Amino acid sequence: MRHQNRIILSALFVVIGVLPFVFTSSYHISVMIFIGIHAMLAIGLCLLMGYAGQVSLGHAAFFGLGAYASGILTASYHVDPWLAMGLAAIFTGLVAFIIGKPLFRLKGNNLAMGTLGFGIIVYIMLVEMTDLTGGPSGLRGVPSLSIFGFTFDKDIKYFYLVWALALLFLILSLNIVNSRVGRALRSIHGSEIAAEMLGVDTNKYKIQILIVSAVYASVAGSLYAHYVTFLSPPPFGFKLSIEVLVMVVIGGLSSVYGAIFGAAATTLLSETLRGTVPKLLSGAGGEYEIVVFGVILMVVMIFMPTGLTSGTLNLVRRWRQEKALRVETREAEDGNAVTGVPRVPEGRTAIEDN
Amino acid sequence: MAVSTTDMDRETEAGSALLDARSLRKDFGGIVAVDSFSFSVRPGQIVAIIGPNGAGKTTVFNLVTGVHPLTAGEIHFGGQRIDALKPYQIAEKGISRTFQNLQIFGNMTVVENVMVGRHSRSKVGILSGALSLPSSRSEEKRIYYAAMEMLDMVGLVSRAKQPASALPFGSQRLLELARALANEPKLLLLDEPAAGLASQETRNLERLIYRIRDGGVSILLVEHDMELVMGIADWVFVLDYGKLIAAGTPRDIQANEKVIAAYLGDETD
Ligand SMILES: Nc1ncnc2c1ncn2[C@@H]1O[C@H](COP(=O)(O)OP(=O)(O)O)[C@@H](O)[C@H]1O
Ligand SMILES: [Mg+2]
Repeated sequence: MRHQNRIILSALFVVIGVLPFVFTSSYHISVMIFIGIHAMLAIGLCLLMGYAGQVSLGHAAFFGLGAYASGILTASYHVDPWLAMGLAAIFTGLVAFIIGKPLFRLKGNNLAMGTLGFGIIVYIMLVEMTDLTGGPSGLRGVPSLSIFGFTFDKDIKYFYLVWALALLFLILSLNIVNSRVGRALRSIHGSEIAAEMLGVDTNKYKIQILIVSAVYASVAGSLYAHYVTFLSPPPFGFKLSIEVLVMVVIGGLSSVYGAIFGAAATTLLSETLRGTVPKLLSGAGGEYEIVVFGVILMVVMIFMPTGLTSGTLNLVRRWRQEKALRVETREAEDGNAVTGVPRVPEGRTAIEDN
Repeated sequence: MAVSTTDMDRETEAGSALLDARSLRKDFGGIVAVDSFSFSVRPGQIVAIIGPNGAGKTTVFNLVTGVHPLTAGEIHFGGQRIDALKPYQIAEKGISRTFQNLQIFGNMTVVENVMVGRHSRSKVGILSGALSLPSSRSEEKRIYYAAMEMLDMVGLVSRAKQPASALPFGSQRLLELARALANEPKLLLLDEPAAGLASQETRNLERLIYRIRDGGVSILLVEHDMELVMGIADWVFVLDYGKLIAAGTPRDIQANEKVIAAYLGDETD
């Protein structure tokens, strides 16, 4: 697995590295920057939803908190942008910690409602706390990022910055997923009561992974703020939460890589819809996007509850496994596998590809 | 005969019990699922709780493992009070269980299921995991080998890499057992482990239970298969409507009229 990871990662590095040379227009590069920002959101939600099995319909709130914390600190208080990004992440992580305790008393649909409520509350605060946020008229003058006199003033530079961080989050997430903690998260998804009875402090891990995903979203928000340099509440509303959900459902329910794929697919689809729908239906606006996403969500959840990409992969895998299993059970029935004690070394070699 | 002395030991030496449950009571709304039930398990014993369906046996397991809070009573384990602890803390103290309704992690492979069982015996946290520190990787290896050993014990090594959900029912029961053992419990609670097993599988299970006990693990068993219970239990508690109606050696219980009336007569199979 680890070996395989390294190959996929290297390929991803190369592809992302050359993309700006293939798609050179400033429109394309800005779309790819948004894909990177969305990927951070999707990776975080993938850990929370795909691995730990905890639904969130309010993920945009963490994104908004990060963006506004960075925006306010830098534009109104002239804090160094990098320091502000760190402070924003700490603040957002703290919010996740505080809401995590009461939220995770809820399960399933109730948790979905709770996170939805959280998203709405944050959104309303962004609109209403005009002294801090500028309210509906927005917050201006968020500076660009620079480091050691090197300013990320061109989109292509910003592209590399965003994707470097997105890939860092990807690697950290892959490591978490493949560790004892990742296994604990999946066990919560599998059976909460069994996980507890094996010593997994389910509440602790749910809160920890909520904090991780909130910090990812916060950093994504900070990067967004310094990229667009102007903040207003609408991008941080319910629609984005649904979009992130769609990203995870399309690609990432059980794959962190899939989350990146989902972020790309969803962002591109969203861009395409924005361009074509008004041409086809005069007077049609943003509502149509959310209708399309709603339909995707429904169809995927009904037919492929593990996500679109992994659902397809699973179908293939299951088909192969069933073939293999049929052979094995035939052998097992001959050899009485339950009472017989198969050699351990047979399994031990398996750790190499683990 | 040994019966009476064992009986007296239970009265006078409650302090030496590994698990000591005193006057347990559990109300669910109006119904009293468990009613002033006291029992104990001593080190190295196989103790059975039997009783008709709905007698409260699974509820007793849920009380001991902290899944449900007690309405009244006390539970001591290894001399410490555990009835206010969370399930994961009770697991850390050395109590493992299997479930009447299987609780396999269907989203994982067979060996990963057992690896979760090593959770409280390992310690890598989210930071060292995220950074994939050497400590994390070497611990993962140890967890893996320990899990494979457990699979070896129940005879599932050849299926280690398969999705757990692909195992047949009987093997899933064994998987739950391996997973529970991976926690290195001092006390193992088995909730109807033989339910749904073929007779050959039940005989294997019986041998396995003896092996586990001989490895120093005490066992609390809930089971409907009377042949199994009467064959392996050192001591039997009989529950009916949440109340203790009899306790004793299998031989006593088989001769007890109240038990025959409430339980054996009730289950006319
Ligand atoms: N979580 C629960 N909520 C409400 N009632 C319960 C719950 N668990 C068990 N009961 C009730 O408690 C009684 C004992 O159930 P249980 O312990 O499962 O019996 P047994 O395992 O002996 O068959 C039954 O009447 C059952 O309906
Ligand atoms: Mg039961």
